[in-house]
Amino acid sequence: MSHAHSDDHAKDEGPPAEHEILSRAIQELLEEKGVLTAEQVRKRMELFEAEFPQRGSRVIAHAWANPAFRKRLLADGKAACAEWGLDLEADRLIAVENTPRIHNVIVCTLCSCYPRALLGMPPTWYKSENYRRRVVREPRAVLREFGTVIPEDVSIRVHDSNADMRYVVLPMRPQGTEGWDEEQLASIITRDTLVGVALPRV
Amino acid sequence: MTPSAYTPAPERRFNAGERVRVKTANPPGHRRTPAYVRGKQGEIERVCGRFPNPEELAYGFDGEPRRVLYRVRFMQKDVWPTYDSPSEDCIEMEIYEHWLEPA
Repeated sequence: MSHAHSDDHAKDEGPPAEHEILSRAIQELLEEKGVLTAEQVRKRMELFEAEFPQRGSRVIAHAWANPAFRKRLLADGKAACAEWGLDLEADRLIAVENTPRIHNVIVCTLCSCYPRALLGMPPTWYKSENYRRRVVREPRAVLREFGTVIPEDVSIRVHDSNADMRYVVLPMRPQGTEGWDEEQLASIITRDTLVGVALPRV
Repeated sequence: MTPSAYTPAPERRFNAGERVRVKTANPPGHRRTPAYVRGKQGEIERVCGRFPNPEELAYGFDGEPRRVLYRVRFMQKDVWPTYDSPSEDCIEMEIYEHWLEPA
């Protein structure tokens, strides 16, 4: 699978695309009507890019370090996050647990549903037709292309987030992390490990 | 604060562990039931609660009456007859009650 990177320089050249003109026009109308301000839109984008992507690693590090929280996270992801001070807004969260027998991986085949309040904006490959089409029918081959080889005796559970729930993988805590604090643990819990296309490595 | 993942759904047709079949239908319009599981059998993994019907919401209606949403687990071999990997591999997704029938 080609992991296409968006080429922002190329996109900046030439006239704006139709959807850019449309979203700009809608924003200007909403500003004129006093529904929202440009500052609110900018702040929101900053949250998505700077704040939200760090939340997932922190939540999972906390779950690794705290068995009672882990249990609550698996029982009701949104309630556990709320109790820990993290408002996931509209996202209803289901955490799916990797075990020595089960590996979980997340996709949205219908569009690009993603736990944005926990992981920020989805990466380009997550939105690609290639990933969405193939990971549901040949997950092992797709994971291999990410460098993740799941042994034959481990079942793969694909989660198609096709409706109202959002998903995050709770990976297994690797050996060699004994005594680590939550900040150290969070450093190996990357976005891709929370979508299930990679495994945390020490 | 928006409600938790598990809104109560006391009046529902199915419970966790029961076998179901996704209806074979191709109605026009906005549907959240992926075509690749229509007609396939699976098992209720959990009850998610009652949610506004996305098939109505998509056209600006209020989504009432709310529909019970389930997570259904399908074995990959039941979804893709040519699936070539260990038999326990599965795929799970959310299906609204009106798309399910007992299997």
